[in-house]
Amino acid sequence: MVESRLTRWLLRAGTGLTLVFIYGPLLVIGLYAFNRNVTQKWPIEEYSTRWFSVAFNDDGVREALTLSILAALGATAIALVLGTLASLAVARYQFFGREVITFAVVLPIALPGIVTGLALQATIVDVLGPIGVSFGLATIIVGHATFCVVVVYNNVIARIRRTSGALDEASADLGADYWQTTRYVMFPQMRTALLAGGLLAFALSFDEVVVTIFTSGAQQTLPIWIFATLARPAQLPIVNVVALFLVVASIIPVYIAQRLAGGGGPDEERAPTIPTAAP
Amino acid sequence: MSHAPDIRIRGLVKRFGDVTAVDDVDLEIERGEFFTMLGPSGSGKTTTLRMIAGFEIPDEGSIELAGRDVSRLPPYERPVNTVFQDYALFPHMTVAQNVEYGLMVKRVAKDERRRRAAASLEMVRLGGYGARKPAQLSGGQRQRVALARAIVNEPQVLLLDEPLGALDLKLRQEMQIELKRIQQEVGITFVYVTHDQEEALTMSDRIAVFHRGRIEQIGPPAEVYEHPESEFIAGFVGVSNVIEREGRRYTVRPEKIHVLADGAQAPDGVRVEAGTVRDVQYVGPVTRYHVTLDRGGELQMLAQNLEEGSMEVLASKGRRLRLQWRPEHESVIVETEEGNA
Repeated sequence: MVESRLTRWLLRAGTGLTLVFIYGPLLVIGLYAFNRNVTQKWPIEEYSTRWFSVAFNDDGVREALTLSILAALGATAIALVLGTLASLAVARYQFFGREVITFAVVLPIALPGIVTGLALQATIVDVLGPIGVSFGLATIIVGHATFCVVVVYNNVIARIRRTSGALDEASADLGADYWQTTRYVMFPQMRTALLAGGLLAFALSFDEVVVTIFTSGAQQTLPIWIFATLARPAQLPIVNVVALFLVVASIIPVYIAQRLAGGGGPDEERAPTIPTAAP
Repeated sequence: MSHAPDIRIRGLVKRFGDVTAVDDVDLEIERGEFFTMLGPSGSGKTTTLRMIAGFEIPDEGSIELAGRDVSRLPPYERPVNTVFQDYALFPHMTVAQNVEYGLMVKRVAKDERRRRAAASLEMVRLGGYGARKPAQLSGGQRQRVALARAIVNEPQVLLLDEPLGALDLKLRQEMQIELKRIQQEVGITFVYVTHDQEEALTMSDRIAVFHRGRIEQIGPPAEVYEHPESEFIAGFVGVSNVIEREGRRYTVRPEKIHVLADGAQAPDGVRVEAGTVRDVQYVGPVTRYHVTLDRGGELQMLAQNLEEGSMEVLASKGRRLRLQWRPEHESVIVETEEGNA
């Protein structure tokens, strides 16, 4: 069907407007990071990079950054292991409750983060507290892993569904047992999907706020640090710098993941699997 | 023969839900045979092949390879290898790695692996292609790699699942000759699945015609073609040229029917039927005539265009003529449970 000139114009305008809404505010924050003055005023009068070194040398920022990286690495590691195992089981075997498992794995991404957080907090305080568990890095990691697993699972299972069927059989036919097939055929097929899923999981964990509030106790991840520091006007320039850093740190892994998921092999068309909703 | 056949299948049944895909199949295939399972899609031929390979477990019956029951063994414990319809080459490995795969997982020493893979690639005329990736090959070349990858393991039986289905006509005809040559060279039993009757007739030592999960006829190509036992086979292997006379239903192959010249006397014992040409199809070297018979029924006749041009043959539409054929070319149809499935 050929759209009329008006339809085409409307579609273009709509797309343009959407992009402006999404990226305009980000641009503003990005520019504020280069604002020389402590007070925020639009338009910016004088540009400078001086707040970058201030932010870089700020102890609070450094601690928060370290915690965020550790939490994201931990959550990603858990997600890679559990997500891969779940996707292998669901893709390869017909078993009782398979649909339930699929649903249960994917659900956390749609659950309200505040409910997930509340539930985790209640469990940590009331159930695990008496046996010596307290808030800290470990609880943040577990909290983030709940939604990171989905990302890995979705990426890997999409790859398995698209490529493996006949290759599995061919491998078994040539004499390879289950583990040999997994090692020589399945894993190489999944490699880029794992990397893509891992990067997305890392990005999701890195900028997560809601669940972190309920699972972090007194420590602050980078997003939480921003949230807490917003109330102090004197710190605002540093917040802007950190915000810009967060945006860049989120975009890079997502961009790489897209490329990996999209261009996995010369003979196989592979669509990326980005989660539909962030918690 | 005293030794066990290479493949012996007894009472094989496979159901998928309410559908019985394979319905009580018995089969014996001798060592070194080129055996073809021919049938339309959904006739059970591929499911039978997949049960021999081990990808499906039969609901009933047994499969023996050289006297050993393998019905319940996983694919990797069976001495068979498969050439898949879509080749199923490992895209992340080179051609050589693909061919060596079976030997590698069986922990054959590296030197021997190299040597055998090279020899196998040589056999399918792909020597020197070892370093390429499957994506860099043409469809026909991938097909040959798939073949080399299977043969290098020296399986007892090679299963081929419509291996030429994705190739164009010319390549397909070349590969038919190739396959036959390779089979004679290696002496392995080939079990070949196809829906292409010409392919089956060209290559096979014997053909089993599948229909609705059962085997309707087994025999050498000439026998299946010239003496189809059911109306289905008459139609599937060739064209259905079936007429009924004096309570006998029989088929005559179109190329066995000739025109009796006007006023000529038919030789003794030859069948003669008068009719009208309903339709004419000019097919280059031959012409296909559809003739409606005065005594009922219709026959197709195939005539070589030795003298006639296309204008002449097409002008014969509507003409009256007499057909003749010899009684020994009639093949009586034994009706087998038509509409009984």
